[in-house]
Amino acid sequence: MTVTTTGPLPNAPYDVAVIGAGVVGTAVARELARHRALRIALVEAAHDVGEGTSKANTAILHTGFDAVPGSLESRLMADGSHRLARYAAETGIPVERVGALLVAWNEEQRAALPELAAKAGRNGRHDTRLLTPGELYTREPHLAPGALGALEVPGESIVCPWSTTLAYATQAVLAGTDLHLGCRVTGIRERAGHHELRCARGVLRARYLVNAAGLAADTVDGMLGHHDFTVTPRRGQLIVFDTLAGDLVRHILLPVPTALGKGVLVAPTVYGNVLLGPTAEDLDDKRATESTADGLAALRAKGRGILPALLDEEVTAVYAGLRAATGHEDYRIRAHPAQRSVTVGGIRSTGLTASMGIAAHVTGLLADTGLVLGEPRDLPPLRMPPLGRRAVRPCRQAALVAADPEYGTVVCHCELVSRAEIRDALAAPLPPHSVAGLRRRTRAGAGRCQGAYCGAAVTDLFERSDAGERV
Amino acid sequence: MNGPVNGTVSRVVDVLVVGAGPAGLAAAARLAARGAGRVLVLDREQQPGGVPRHCEHRGFGPPGRRWTGPEYAARAAEAAVGAGAELRTGATVLGWAGPHTLDTTGPEGPERITARAVVLATGARERSRSARLVPGTRPAGVLTTGELQQAVYLYGRPVGRRAVIVGAEPVAYAALDALRRAGARPLAMVTGLPRSQAPLARAQRARLLGGVPLLTGAQVTELLGRPRLTGIRLRRGDGRSTVLACDTVVFTGDFTPENELARRGGITLDAGTRGPAVDAAFRTAQPGVFAVGSVLHAAESARVAAHEGALAARSVLRHLTGPAGWPDADAVTVRTELPLRWSVPNRLTPGAPVAGTFLLRTHRFLTRPTLRVTQDGRTLHRERHHRTAVPGRPVPLAGVWIPRVDPDGGPVWVGVG
Ligand SMILES: Cc1cc2nc3c(=O)[nH]c(=O)nc-3n(C[C@H](O)[C@H](O)[C@H](O)COP(=O)(O)OP(=O)(O)OC[C@H]3O[C@@H](n4cnc5c(N)ncnc54)[C@H](O)[C@@H]3O)c2cc1C
Ligand SMILES: Cc1cc2nc3c(=O)[nH]c(=O)nc-3n(C[C@H](O)[C@H](O)[C@H](O)COP(=O)(O)OP(=O)(O)OC[C@H]3O[C@@H](n4cnc5c(N)ncnc54)[C@H](O)[C@@H]3O)c2cc1C
Repeated sequence: MTVTTTGPLPNAPYDVAVIGAGVVGTAVARELARHRALRIALVEAAHDVGEGTSKANTAILHTGFDAVPGSLESRLMADGSHRLARYAAETGIPVERVGALLVAWNEEQRAALPELAAKAGRNGRHDTRLLTPGELYTREPHLAPGALGALEVPGESIVCPWSTTLAYATQAVLAGTDLHLGCRVTGIRERAGHHELRCARGVLRARYLVNAAGLAADTVDGMLGHHDFTVTPRRGQLIVFDTLAGDLVRHILLPVPTALGKGVLVAPTVYGNVLLGPTAEDLDDKRATESTADGLAALRAKGRGILPALLDEEVTAVYAGLRAATGHEDYRIRAHPAQRSVTVGGIRSTGLTASMGIAAHVTGLLADTGLVLGEPRDLPPLRMPPLGRRAVRPCRQAALVAADPEYGTVVCHCELVSRAEIRDALAAPLPPHSVAGLRRRTRAGAGRCQGAYCGAAVTDLFERSDAGERV
Repeated sequence: MNGPVNGTVSRVVDVLVVGAGPAGLAAAARLAARGAGRVLVLDREQQPGGVPRHCEHRGFGPPGRRWTGPEYAARAAEAAVGAGAELRTGATVLGWAGPHTLDTTGPEGPERITARAVVLATGARERSRSARLVPGTRPAGVLTTGELQQAVYLYGRPVGRRAVIVGAEPVAYAALDALRRAGARPLAMVTGLPRSQAPLARAQRARLLGGVPLLTGAQVTELLGRPRLTGIRLRRGDGRSTVLACDTVVFTGDFTPENELARRGGITLDAGTRGPAVDAAFRTAQPGVFAVGSVLHAAESARVAAHEGALAARSVLRHLTGPAGWPDADAVTVRTELPLRWSVPNRLTPGAPVAGTFLLRTHRFLTRPTLRVTQDGRTLHRERHHRTAVPGRPVPLAGVWIPRVDPDGGPVWVGVG
């Protein structure tokens, strides 16, 4: 079990190096880790897993009902969403099958619903249903007036994106994968049957390569001499509303899709907040994850048209993520057999959903390329902390608190995070590297006060632990 | 799933006070001293005292005394315990299991507490950068005064080197003190208003002696930098945009009541304050549930909060010992017209004591305003003020007009002019 953040890299060559520890790279590493014989390295530029697009999305486990039928994306979404739903149930990753409603606000949109239902059927989703306005308003009493009907997609779910990436990475590490953080790959060359990866922390050798570098997948591909696509970041800004708004919406409320994209949605989160977003802005800067006044104003205007009461509620957080658009509709997953590598590019707006499907597919491609996998085994079971609104928070569990009173010592009041949960996260196999990383693992500081009450206490625990003290 | 969990202990008390800040402690002390029976005060922090716990400046205590916040907090807690109230810290009130039954937790485990009367004294917090919808990156180095004070005074942590303070209410000057203590250089104070809201002497001392300029008519339009703040973008009154380089920004003031428990209990909130709506006897619309302190009107001085706690105790005692009954839910409400923001109390109920004063807030500075109270177009009262009404600070209104209110009439409106 190895996670490194500093110092030199091991000399011995790996069988496979996966570049990028987002939801896709960690899923691939986890899938490969099922094959005991393989020595695997997961190499990540940031100091934590999931620091790229994987930490800033809409957190929906899609069914793939509106994918392009027959595309790779459609197939991997269908496969991936089944796998992730099962995996989430096994590991306790918060997930809820709340269902989606595609709401028609005018005649044109209502007329488009039957075709969307037919398309869902072509994507293997035969359980969609048209709702009358009466049925729609019974389901969603706070919806703005004037909706003409909706298409119900029962399988659409909400999920915790941070727990997902963290679970994949933790399980891979526990199964023997070496995770090297703070280790940006800056060059790749071929030497004696190995790839030599020049990294910020030295050289790392591997026989096979998986490029799962997200927004930088084109750059990493360039290091291998490929120029198949260019990634253009498409920013999505989102507003998170307080959990006190949680009763306002029960389903994922989707607009009827247009040529311009999926549009702005309103959805519950597994923690009980309400999400409003995302925007869609094509940019050049792959670091431009800032929110803008225009973006927030546009979202609020849209939100008012969907769920007016939402706008009176307190905003908990604002964030933005960048989709890895490539000017091409489908995923750009391609094996380069001669080079013993697989590129996983263009995982634009459905990568969380498809992650486990992509991992299985990429593993298959590696095998086709000549990697001998050996027999798969079951990975040691993993249990993620109960962060979702449907779980009982540890501080409410009498037996747990009786056994360890620190579970009853609440540090973060808005999200009811106990000192013991913070302690556990700090001592986990894959500990956080920042207060933000601790927040994603425990929800400490993720509530309406944004740290006004607990920020100093949480930072103190983090800093002391980071300095080597046991907290 | 927030229902009871196996192993929950049940308890019964006479009065449950939620929050051991100045308001809750004062209420508990008075209740215990006057024989209200078992009075239990719970606070989710490890130390009692509320906000003063982390205010090291000497701004507390009775007139003429200059106690630090922690000194004040210790005395208030001693007074409550000395009078016979039971005080428990590290005990979080989670929610309601009945009209007077609350679920709690702490290191001793979950409990279910039923009381004959409940007093909500849960205080207020400053709104975060996100709640204020300030765009930009999400860097480290973005604080509120509460978090800053705790980092500096309770944990002795460094906070940064070059800081900008957003806001110019009195609390902004407390942030200034905390920054200085932490060795950070305060570069400027920034306010959207035309001048400081603090007493003149305080504002002048900061500007002239402290060398901290006050930038008025300025909005923070963007935060810059990652992973640490590198600057903030400002739009000045003349429309120009400038960047102030800094590694720390403190958002001060803009208080909002900590109203989660009230809301989860279905207790009617006032549209202006967003705290529980109360009458002059601190009665909410929910029979047996009272509210006091900053949760009603964020934020007055600790003295005002404590004074209210004592007044509320009287009302709780009347409720416990007097004839059963609670004023109608559809009491006459007190509303405000712009530029006034809100009034407390904001419900008028028969039988309530005639309020000495109503506390109002204004959005903008008002020079010697005349306040006008009307109901259904009828003027009940006019009152000329000889002081400037300052945003974020109390504007008092006498309650002499209450007997003239028609109990069956529409809302009472308070306006200017
Ligand atoms: C606004 C928005 C909403 C979305 N909503 C959803 C949704 O609801 N459901 C869904 O399924 N999907 C959604 N997505 C898509 C999903 O978030 C992405 O498809 C997914 O996160 C992509 O994961 P990834 O691992 O490919 O990329 P990333 O998470 O970006 O990971 C790539 C990693 O590679 C690392 N890296 C890059 N270059 C190097 C290098 N040279 N050396 C080492 N490491 C490197 C990066 O640091 C990064 O950590 C959304 C996306 C956005 C932006
Ligand atoms: C930075 C700053 C400086 C100030 N300086 C001064 C000054 O110099 N002089 C002055 O007179 N006033 C000052 N004040 C104002 C003064 O602190 C407040 O008026 C006073 O604290 C309000 O008292 P309170 O009891 O209503 O609320 P608080 O002091 O906020 O106390 C509320 C308590 O309720 C607890 N609580 C909340 N929810 C729960 C729950 N669910 N379960 C259990 N416990 C709960 C909280 O932990 C907290 O301890 C200052 C305020 C601030 C923010």
